Amino acid sequence: MSGIGQMEVGKTLPVIRLEPVSRLDLIKYAGASGDFNPIHTIDEEAESAGLPGIIAHGMWTMGNLAKLFTLYLGEGFIETYSIRFKGMVFLGDVVSLQAELTEEESGKLIFEVAAVNQDDKRVLAGNLTFSLLANQPPAAERS
Amino acid sequence: MLKEMIGRRSEKTKNVIERGAVKKFAEAIRDASPLFTDEEAGKQSVYGRNIAPPTFPVTFDSGSIPGLNLPPKGLIHGEQKYVYTRPLYVGEEVYCWIEVKDYYERTGSFGKMGFLIMVRYGEDAEGEMLFSEERVIIINEAARKEMVK
Repeated sequence: MSGIGQMEVGKTLPVIRLEPVSRLDLIKYAGASGDFNPIHTIDEEAESAGLPGIIAHGMWTMGNLAKLFTLYLGEGFIETYSIRFKGMVFLGDVVSLQAELTEEESGKLIFEVAAVNQDDKRVLAGNLTFSLLANQPPAAERS
Repeated sequence: MLKEMIGRRSEKTKNVIERGAVKKFAEAIRDASPLFTDEEAGKQSVYGRNIAPPTFPVTFDSGSIPGLNLPPKGLIHGEQKYVYTRPLYVGEEVYCWIEVKDYYERTGSFGKMGFLIMVRYGEDAEGEMLFSEERVIIINEAARKEMVK
């Protein structure tokens, strides 16, 4: 695995495509996060809120999106992570996670990140700063 | 009336980042990396221990703000922003509080909407700031009416 520190501006991380969203995914997230708003798990509650069906927690999608960077947490950490929720995610939707390096300055990598659904609509988008750990030896010296 | 809440905050509340809670959370977002869940992998990592995923603070208890009663329905989560000084460590104590940073109203195509900006802060046991978590909550007119009832 080549490091994130060697990435060039304009390049993208490998896209992760999630499995279709299932009710169980959202029940698990409700339990793990403590967000039991029933529009995410119970059809009748979603319908009475004027929705066509249950929708994913925005934070479920935002939580998933961050995993694009998990592989690289040995090189640095997520310093800022900022998202705007732009669309709803429904059961059966297939969400793809994307990140493009847009800027690099003194050990900080700034990415544009997005989650898009099967119709290529951005359901959430924002940016993330990945801060490289300072005292890491350069890649060439590691072995 | 929400405008009067600007600047109000909750009392600091102690949280402990529990290993089991981190594992369950990482699994729920299908991100069960050994760095989050496996003790030995954590020890071998640059952090020397396990860390928590960046959106884990949604699980923290940060107390409640006196007088702030949000309606259970009609809220839309608009934005979310994290700022970290370092990753959160599994097993550590985090002291959290929440503050109403701002509230304003805008009239758009969906009528008059309220924008409530809430910020959760987390410090370690020594009082060093670890993170902030800013949340923009959009409140529609019907929900606001519900609040004055």
